[in-house]
Amino acid sequence: MKKQLKVDPIKNGTVIDHITAGKALQVAEILNIGKNEKEIMIGINLSSKKTGKKDILKIENRKLSEDEAGSIALISPAATLIIIEDYKVVRKTGIELPEEIKEHIICPNANCITNNEKTETRFYLAGKNPTEIRCAYCEKKYSIDEVKFKF
Amino acid sequence: MKNLISMRDIGKEDILKLITLANKIEQKEIKVDMSGKLAALLFFEPSTRTHFSFETAVKKLGGNTFSMSGTSSTSVKKGETLADTLMTISMYADIIVIRHVLEGAARFTAETVAVPVINAGDGTNQHPTQAMLDLYSIQKTQGTLENLTIGMVGDLRLGRTVHSLAQALSDFNPKFYFASPRHLQMPAYIKDDLKEKNIEFTELEDIKEVIHELDIMYVTRIQKERFAVLEDYEKVKDSYIITKKLLEGVKKNFKVLHPLPRVNEITTEVDNTRYAYYFQQARNGVFMRQAIISELLNLKNI
Ligand SMILES: [Zn+2]
Repeated sequence: MKKQLKVDPIKNGTVIDHITAGKALQVAEILNIGKNEKEIMIGINLSSKKTGKKDILKIENRKLSEDEAGSIALISPAATLIIIEDYKVVRKTGIELPEEIKEHIICPNANCITNNEKTETRFYLAGKNPTEIRCAYCEKKYSIDEVKFKF
Repeated sequence: MKNLISMRDIGKEDILKLITLANKIEQKEIKVDMSGKLAALLFFEPSTRTHFSFETAVKKLGGNTFSMSGTSSTSVKKGETLADTLMTISMYADIIVIRHVLEGAARFTAETVAVPVINAGDGTNQHPTQAMLDLYSIQKTQGTLENLTIGMVGDLRLGRTVHSLAQALSDFNPKFYFASPRHLQMPAYIKDDLKEKNIEFTELEDIKEVIHELDIMYVTRIQKERFAVLEDYEKVKDSYIITKKLLEGVKKNFKVLHPLPRVNEITTEVDNTRYAYYFQQARNGVFMRQAIISELLNLKNI
């Protein structure tokens, strides 16, 4: 385990490993990382035995909510979550693609009711490889790279 | 069934159930009773035909309606939220029929109010009662919905009715021909859905090549405004006008459907042929809407 970690280990927090290369900044954006004082480390285009190249994100003193983890899976299906306590890995899991995503995605369709009335958005998983989602209201299908997240 | 919002929500069984019910109502085998009940017809986006059709359906069931047409109506002007308008109306009405320019408005309505909701068109998204009346018309003229060869002609890119119909028919093993100008082809997301279900379809620019194979030809209007250059419109427009001559030698059971209103895409000489079915199709709409209302309100046979 320690050999894989090219950036400094963290004491307590979460490591998001095997992020699709090039997607770390987007993951950071979803997690609103720039907006709080937590210590973070981002590795981009690191070499990986599994996938050739990967990104990695380490966040001190933070646990992810289920919604946050689900959103990360949407943009990077192979990502794994590692929970660190006192420099030790206490849990390492893959993240399942959520079938339904509430509230956290903005529908790109300006003519969608969710952009015109006060209401929570809701999307369904509509395709894998590449990930696609469908708005429950306007029923339009989008590739995950077309949508904006909001947390 | 509590609401009818999208053809995505209903399966083959629901479709066949509604068709059977519409047929029983049309044949006067049953008489359902809506007396004492009130339908709110909320046409935030006006549509005379659909509005009349629903009004007729409710009245033939013995129910009453109150109507709203256009966004100039009082509450909309006063800046009340749609949710509040809908909540208030649902205190008076037993069922709400809504047509709105925004996509997803009908689903939003169904999630806001406690009474059943029928989507009478939400922007470019769905128009399920039209799809159901189209299916009813196909069933009536062909005796089945299974294994038919269906041609769709005209503006297939923006034509909401052809999208819903193609999706709804995909449970019945159809073979499709999509004839349209190149920039008005069936959108990719509809074609993806068909591919997923292994439905055979062919895209072409002129329906003439295959018209003899068709059981049903569904015609939609090509609007001049859809063309950036007027010359382009002039070039293609005649290929999408259905004439009596074009119909020579078609199959005996062949019928032409059209959601109406038409402008010039079917010449009036076709009206008097045995193939014209678009006016009966409009009439079928009333029976189908009666069936849908009966089903959602769980009306009793008297
Ligand atoms: Zn939407």
